[in-house]
Parts: sequence; C-alpha cells; structure tokens
Amino acid sequence: MSVQTWTFILVGFSFAIYIGIAIWSRAGSTKEFYVAGGGVPPIANGMATAADWMSAASFISMAGLISFMGYDGAVYLMGWTGGYVLLALLLAPYLRKFGKFTVPDFIGERYYSQTARVVAVVCALFVSFTYIAGQMRGVGIVFSRFLEVPINLGVVIGMAIVFIYAVLGGMKGITYTQVAQYCVLIFAFLVPAIFISLQMTGNPIPQLGFGGTLSDGTYLLDKLDGLNQELGFAQYTVGSKPMIDVFCITAALMVGTAGLPHVIVRFFTVPRVKDARSSAGWALLFIAILYTTAPAVAAFARTNMIQSVAEVNFDKLPPWVNNWAETGLITMEDKNGDGAVQYVADKEANEFTPDRDIMVLANPEIANLPNWVVALVAAGGLAAALSTAAGLLLVISSAISHDLLKNAINPEISERGELLAARIAAGVAVVLAGLLGIYPPGFVAQVVAFAFGLAASSFFPAIILGVFDKRTNKQGAIAGMITGILFTAVYILYFKFINPAASTPDHWLFGISPEGIGTIGMALNLIVTIAVSRMTPAPPERIQHLAEDIRIPRGAGGAQAH
Amino acid sequence: MSKTNLQAYWKENLRYLLILLLIWFAVSYGAGILFADALNSVRIGGFKLGFWFAQQGSIYVFVVLIFVYVWLMNKLDEKYDVHEK
Repeated sequence: MSVQTWTFILVGFSFAIYIGIAIWSRAGSTKEFYVAGGGVPPIANGMATAADWMSAASFISMAGLISFMGYDGAVYLMGWTGGYVLLALLLAPYLRKFGKFTVPDFIGERYYSQTARVVAVVCALFVSFTYIAGQMRGVGIVFSRFLEVPINLGVVIGMAIVFIYAVLGGMKGITYTQVAQYCVLIFAFLVPAIFISLQMTGNPIPQLGFGGTLSDGTYLLDKLDGLNQELGFAQYTVGSKPMIDVFCITAALMVGTAGLPHVIVRFFTVPRVKDARSSAGWALLFIAILYTTAPAVAAFARTNMIQSVAEVNFDKLPPWVNNWAETGLITMEDKNGDGAVQYVADKEANEFTPDRDIMVLANPEIANLPNWVVALVAAGGLAAALSTAAGLLLVISSAISHDLLKNAINPEISERGELLAARIAAGVAVVLAGLLGIYPPGFVAQVVAFAFGLAASSFFPAIILGVFDKRTNKQGAIAGMITGILFTAVYILYFKFINPAASTPDHWLFGISPEGIGTIGMALNLIVTIAVSRMTPAPPERIQHLAEDIRIPRGAGGAQAH
Repeated sequence: MSKTNLQAYWKENLRYLLILLLIWFAVSYGAGILFADALNSVRIGGFKLGFWFAQQGSIYVFVVLIFVYVWLMNKLDEKYDVHEK
C-alpha cells in the first residue's frame, strides 16, 4: 500500500477514536468543563499533561533543531523537562489544595485584588494565543505534506476536530482524548527511532545506541564530531553559544514551563494533593521518553544525512533528497560546478540547505523504513498538535467565561449560563486560532520566546511567593508582575522587532539573548515583589490564614466554585 | 493541628525541598552547563560525560527526583497526621 493510503487509514482511525471519546465524555457542569470534575486518576492525568505539553514543535521540530545545534540543543531538552521538578515541588500540591479552577483564580484570591486577577488573565490569554497559532499551522503543514490537501483545508479539518471535542467535552473530553493522543504520538516517535538505532548501532534502545558504535567500530558521537569538523562546523558535542546564554535560556524555559497556565491547570483535575504531586512525576516520565529519544534521533539523522549527501554526485543522490527538494524544504545548487554536493559550514560555498523540520519527517524515508511507519509519523504529528491546541483552548475559554465574566463582570451568572459562555468562548477561540493558522503572522517563531519569557517573568514569582512567603501582599505582587513583564517585553520587542540588526551578543545585556532574558525578568520580579511587600502593610489576617492552610494537604475537597 | 506542629511540618518540608533542588541544580546547571567542559574529559562508552548530563542524564535525574519527593512527602504527611483520608 502507498504512503498516502496508509496515512488516510491511520489518521482516519485516530480521529475516529478522538471523536468517540468526546461523545462518551461530555461535560455536564462547569466543574467538569474546567477541571474534568476533579476526578482524573494521576497516571491518566500524567499522560494527558504530557500530550498537552508536547506540541507540534516537540514532535516535529525539536530533534531537527538539536541535530543542527549539537550540544547547544540541550537548552530545550533540560529547559522543557526541568520545569516539572519546580512544578511538582513548588506549585502543583499547593495549587491543588487551594482548589479553584484557574491560575488567575489563585492570583486574584491570594492577592485579594481584581487588578492582579485582570493582569493574570491578560498574560494567560496572550501566552495561550501565541502558542495556539503555531499548533494550527503545524496541523495544516502535516495535512498538506502527507495527504496532499492544501494547508488551509488542513487547518479547517483540524479546527473542526478540536471544535467537536473541546466545545462538547471541555476539560473532561480533552483529558481523555489527550490520553489517546499521547499513546499515538509516543508510538509514532519511538517506532522509527528504534528501527534507525538498530540499523546504525545494532542497539534497539535509541538512548543507548546514541552512545554506541557504528558498523565501522567508531563511536557514533566521535564519528559525528569528526564529520562536523571536516565540513567546518563546530564539534557536535561541544557548544558554540556563550555559557551564560545557555544558562539563562535553560532557566527561562524551565521557569516558563512551570508558569504556563495550560500546564498548571492540569493539576487542578486530580482528586487529592498527593495525586497532584505524583501526576507531575508521571507527566515528566512520559515526557522524558520522548525527550531522551529526541537527541538520539538528532544524532542519527545528522550522521545519516551527512553521509548520504556530502561529496555525492547530484545525479546519484538518494530519492528522498529529490522528494523533499520538490516541496521546497531542501534547496540545492551546484555553485562550483563540480557536479558533487558540497555541504559545508561556509555559507558562500555551501550547496545544500535542508529545512530543520524534515529531520523527523524525512527520517523514516532516509532510513528506508516501510510505508506504514512514514504514515505513522503523520498521525503522531497531528496528535501532538491537536492535543496541545485543545489544552490551550480550554485556558482561553476559562479565562473569558470564568475569570472575566463570572469573577470580574457578572458574579450572579448561573451555572448553566457560565457553561454556555465557556462553550461559546471555546468555539470563538477555535475559529480565531484557525485564522491565525491560515494567515500566520510572520513572527510566530519569535513570539514563542515571548510566551516563555512572559510566563517566567510574570506568573512564576507571583505563585511561588504566594505559597512560600506569607508576607507578600497585593502591592508587592502587582508591582513585581508589572516590572517583570515590562522589562522582558521591552527587551524582546527591541531585539526581535524594533532593531533586529542589533541582536548580537555584543549588544545584549550581559550577553543574554532575548530567548533567555525571562530569567532576568523573573529575578527582577522577585526582588521588586519582596521589597515592595516589606515596605507596605501586611496582607489581611484572612489571607495569611489562606497561605497557611494551603501548606497542609488535609481538607482538599474537590475544586470549588465560589 | 497545633501551630508548633504546623511549623515543624513546614520546616521538614522546606529541608526536603532544599536538598532536592540542590540536586536538581547540580545535575542540570552544574554538570550539564557550568562544568560540562571539565566533565567532557571523562567518557562513559561513546558519551562525553558533560554532554551526556546535558542531553540525557539530567532528564533521568529529574524524573527520579519527583518520585523521591512524592515518597518523602507521603511519609511526612502521615508522620504529622495531615494526610488526606
């Protein structure tokens, strides 16, 4: 059977499962809609969190990115996993004990202030919309490459699927669909990785094959270091970014992860405080399976790619090169007219430019794997993009119906009214997200730095201090959040949009890139919050009791409406 | 629960957090970034050690840290009788 037939079968089958789950798990109350009724078992929640977290970028782009960055790719590997340790130890159990529905709920309540709540809502909306645009685009790209439908039609199909289960099922529908999506995406990521590891190193476990030997007896990584150097690139296992920048980017991504509303909200869905702790552990375990495989895939793919193109005659290139060249994702030009491909670091002499995204998508073809494996990768990419999009949609709809409508504008709204508003908000958000996917603003990639920087510099310090420092009051928290956001936003705006030409290490503050500046923003936020809190009156008695009460697990009922 | 008991519970909790977060920092920022170059002179199979911590080892340690934390806290909750029924 052809790749396309297989893709239709596998994608169609997985979509049928998602819709079946959506119909089975309709939400009947706001509590079910926002936090799945607070009754999700910790392992299921861990799987759902993992699917929610791993986006099209983790599945499709990350391994490719690492294969071109080598050691420096570690900023993503550590940055996007280490945040779960912070979540498990510093946030999840306390937010679960607090027992409301959303992050702005906690901020508004703990800092007894509508201003703080609204600042939090605006941040949550901005971060989530930034993210979701990229997901919808990813859905469109997978459709267009594997099913040969136009990108825009692909986006519309993706929208329709998410619309059905997010609007119908709310968090309950999303959670159980995400469990299925995790299984699809991890299987799709591991199968080609295992095949390739076996082919190259004889070891079926990619994490071990990564450190194993090739058929000529040399270690894979030594071989790759040598190949990279021959072609004028930096050694694969040694970084080329300044150490301080690697440090700050890693920190910004970790803290940003722990501050992302669509991740935090998942810990409101489990029955008990101890489940919140352990489900963070399960989530990271499920994430780690992909995140420890990805760097191995990156090294395999780069070695394979260099060996199959460098100094090979243009007419003797393997078929996958021409297949992907047709899609415009590989560009080739025989600059020196010698008939062979020169793939080198020097941009003037380089004749072969692959798009980083094809490293995962083309990997099964490069390794000559069967057609069903190629099709599986398409289904996996779609599962990754759809599950993340759905999680973000829920944050957007609850920010509007719960935080703005119910808590800030009309507290008298009925349960049914709020549920209807949540569904309408989710529906409108799907359409907006689809439009962003069809007409992507040119700056989607840049804006991701923004999402993490803002989450790191706004939410994280406010939540941490809200739990660990009873003396932090509303003046401190608001001043800190505004300082952190302003500093980070101005820095990123300046270097990414106003004066991109100046974005070089010489001009950066302490040599820290815009991707890493959220770390400094977070530090400023912490300092300002603590200083201002100490200079202004202590929070009221009731709030100090609340801060004490969330420290002990006992008495955590289900998530409560007000 | 009495005030002094609560304080003792919280203090033990903070001590666990401090130790676990020190390990968290040491494997990622320490072994994976600050001392990666120095550790790269040590090899385990095909891996340079600093590189391994940055792209593999730190992630394994993160997973273990969370499950150790879960185990420690479940015991602590029982000891101070603040666990959920």
